[in-house]
Amino acid sequence: MKKRATMPKGALNLTASLVSILAGLLVGFILLMIFNFDKALYGFGNIVLTGLRTPDRVAKVLYTAAPLLMTGLSVGFAFKTGLFNIGASGQYTVGAVLALVGAILWQLPWYACILLGMIGGAVWGAIPGICKALFNVNEVITSIMFNWIGLFSANLFLYNSPRMLANAWGAINKDRTAALDKANPSAILPKLGMDKAMGSNYMNISIFIAIIAAFVMWYVLQKTTFGYELKACGYNRNASRYAGINDKRNIVLSMVIAGALSGLGGALYYLSGTGQFTMGKQLLSMGFNGIPIALLAASHPLGTILSALFIGYIQVGGEALQPEFAKEIIDIIIAAIIYLSAFSLLMRELILRGRSRRRQAEEEKSRQAADTVEE
Amino acid sequence: MNILADILSATLLFAVPLLLVALGGMFSERSGIINIALEGIMVIGALISTLLLRAFDLSGFGPANPQLAVLIAVLAAGLSGMLYSLLLAFASINLKADQTIGGTALNMLAPAFAVVLTWAIQGQGNTTILIPGWVRITAENAGLAGAEGFFARLVFKSLYLTTPIALVLMAVSSFIMYKTRLGLRLRSCGEHPQAADSVGINVYRMRYIGVLISGFLGGVGGLAFTLAAGSGFQSQVAGYGFLALAVMIFGNWKPLNIFGAALFFAFFKIIGSYSGSIPFLPDFKEIRSSEYIYLMLPYIVTMIVLILTSKKSRAPKAEGIPYDKGAR
Repeated sequence: MKKRATMPKGALNLTASLVSILAGLLVGFILLMIFNFDKALYGFGNIVLTGLRTPDRVAKVLYTAAPLLMTGLSVGFAFKTGLFNIGASGQYTVGAVLALVGAILWQLPWYACILLGMIGGAVWGAIPGICKALFNVNEVITSIMFNWIGLFSANLFLYNSPRMLANAWGAINKDRTAALDKANPSAILPKLGMDKAMGSNYMNISIFIAIIAAFVMWYVLQKTTFGYELKACGYNRNASRYAGINDKRNIVLSMVIAGALSGLGGALYYLSGTGQFTMGKQLLSMGFNGIPIALLAASHPLGTILSALFIGYIQVGGEALQPEFAKEIIDIIIAAIIYLSAFSLLMRELILRGRSRRRQAEEEKSRQAADTVEE
Repeated sequence: MNILADILSATLLFAVPLLLVALGGMFSERSGIINIALEGIMVIGALISTLLLRAFDLSGFGPANPQLAVLIAVLAAGLSGMLYSLLLAFASINLKADQTIGGTALNMLAPAFAVVLTWAIQGQGNTTILIPGWVRITAENAGLAGAEGFFARLVFKSLYLTTPIALVLMAVSSFIMYKTRLGLRLRSCGEHPQAADSVGINVYRMRYIGVLISGFLGGVGGLAFTLAAGSGFQSQVAGYGFLALAVMIFGNWKPLNIFGAALFFAFFKIIGSYSGSIPFLPDFKEIRSSEYIYLMLPYIVTMIVLILTSKKSRAPKAEGIPYDKGAR
């Protein structure tokens, strides 16, 4: 057990994640070979290289990674405080729509819209939190319910707000919100000239906002009493209450913060000015993608930055897979990585256990030797 | 009266997948393993069984022996779900991995795998596996041609073999859970595995059994959902696996209560799709796309009921905690 102290936990986690990433990529490569042997190497090259091929692709990776990072932070933060926030999708949706309301209906500048997005997500996270704290209803179930309620209320609201829709702003689509460059250019996230430098419309400050958020969450969790209390509630609710921590308040606050993070993600994505919110009957997958990102990073806020960048990177690579392969192969790779991380955890344990056992055996032997000498 | 028969029939149709999958969740959680992978298990079950039905249709075996073909498909759905759930069992029982992590991975894997396989078999872009028409049981092919009236409509409006199978499986589940040694042992492993182990029960084996049963029921539930949805299999089951988890909690981890909860949820779902043709329901004329109000209804009602009944809710005590023989 002494050996554990010599190798830092973070480095161990990182090695474990890297091993499972490599193994997951291998699974992907094997799949490509099964489906189309001749094109497999070309396809695999696309997955691992596309994200760096042109500045435009790099920008797309960052643009994809920003909301992923936010939902990953949201899920990870909730994990750290002992809650499973499977409701990131609903919080993301409500945050996105409220941000768009600020942008289109109220003609607010981008920073106010971002704030609205966070508020929307926070409210949507608060409800499952309150249900958990006051009525002890499992937050997984409430979050799932509120994913759907959030999606359907967003649709209901948008269909009944004609000025929000694209056809009120000179387009013909009735099923999506207005393009921001027509409705309110000041609500589009600043690009600070980076779009010109990289030759890509995808480049804006969203990734930097997300990274700042990650550092803030790391600081809150690691360096503040508040974060400590939240984590304590996650480890043992009863013990925390015994120690004088208000567990009910902390559960609600955890969900509020997790919701605000997801809502910020929705705001960042839709305020980029490149995507319009389309009304559909399927939950937005961005919220669910936060779960593997948090898991890959072992819920560590700074690790989440890396895992979101990685997942964004191979997702952009996956787009280049078509038409030879289905881009869902990327999802299989991600799933394999998550599943394999369970194996690597075990391997880690085995290595550590093996070492400590050998050490024990050696100690035993030397003690016996000492005993015989004394005799 | 016809409309009432239609509503009840559709309610039963949509309650069946929820019932099956929630029962599956119950077996797994009662043995101590949180099975969040039900959604993925459903997808795999539906994928394999619809592919099989398609193959039966193409080979001519299906049209010749329709219900035998469906029965084989049901078994295939169950077995493939079982096989898939082995991945969860292995990760969470042997490797002692976090059960939500394994489950999440499996939920991600299943729909992606389904899309890739569907493409590989049906050609690019053909993402829907169609359900052949002969699968449905009608009054004619049940030997009751000309059956009229309320009950005939209630029974034959949308009857698939999965419905009677589900009812039988529920009875069997209830029996296993409360009247057999296996059920008692299974439940003890979900409540206090250390105590169970101390009297010679193999906790790992019990948990494997729990997860495998849930895989079987989840797989069949996937087929039942695809039949109920009616538009063929499109590599997803619309969140029914998660809804089934809610139904399971709502049903307090007990078979009969789960059946009630499934019917309750399905009823409110169906009310939504029939809202236009039910005279006494408000139709919200002044609101556009008011169908969304009814689409939300089942979720809101379930939320309210969960809050009201939360005091009685009692989850298996040891669920989610990997069992380690060494730990005391």
